[in-house]
Amino acid sequence: MIIKETYPVAADDMSVAGDVSASIKRQMKRLGIPNQIMRRVSVCTYEAEINLVIHSDGGEIDFAISEDEICVHVRDVGPGIPDLDKAMTEGFSTATSEVRNMGFGAGMGLPNMKRNADGFAITSEVGKGTDIVMTFNI
Amino acid sequence: MTVKEIAQVLDAQWLCCEEEENRVIHTAFASDMMSDVLAYVQEDTLLLTGLVNDQSIRTAEMLDLPCVVYVRGKNPHKQTIDRATLLGMPALSTQYTMFEACGRLYAAGLSAVEIEELDGDVGL
Repeated sequence: MIIKETYPVAADDMSVAGDVSASIKRQMKRLGIPNQIMRRVSVCTYEAEINLVIHSDGGEIDFAISEDEICVHVRDVGPGIPDLDKAMTEGFSTATSEVRNMGFGAGMGLPNMKRNADGFAITSEVGKGTDIVMTFNI
Repeated sequence: MTVKEIAQVLDAQWLCCEEEENRVIHTAFASDMMSDVLAYVQEDTLLLTGLVNDQSIRTAEMLDLPCVVYVRGKNPHKQTIDRATLLGMPALSTQYTMFEACGRLYAAGLSAVEIEELDGDVGL
């Protein structure tokens, strides 16, 4: 493992949403990760971070780089997603109008993460939380 | 087109990073929804938006976009411009509406981004 770091993400504070993704991007730049991969990882971490801020009760993002893979592990402490199939459908969103005014909540987040990652696994339980593992081949 | 030419076509005011005026841009994308920008845009694309909060620059940062234009005479918050300055990302403000700004840039030679056909449901 070249790098493994955990970043906490607080709920509700849009003013810092993106700070974690920016830190992760700086790490990748420093390590010379190719631009195309860096861009895909950045889109996914940013979408995940925004989701944690606007939908979750708080959570964490693990960022790990090994010889041949980047892994982004996102988990929160609730509230969980009642219908994952719906949540994965483009255009479906439960975001408030306040969030939409911030430029998010188009229902593109989860599908976009899946599209950009080489590996994508999501589990969620109402009342417990959501867990997403995304991997990217280097 | 260079950012300098884009600024001229839009009669735009420079908000920061005028020293980057020679960056060359071939495509543009216009949206107030950053979700859509993240879903459709490839790098080296100009972003036109009416969204003036921090997330406009943060989105551009994640995608390595070369320039952001704020339309309808909107000016982003100071901290947003500070962020763009820190990133070395040129930002412009034009009085034109989104429609007119896009029309002028298209007529001047900028192209749309090509987007993949989305099937609406990527499944689990």
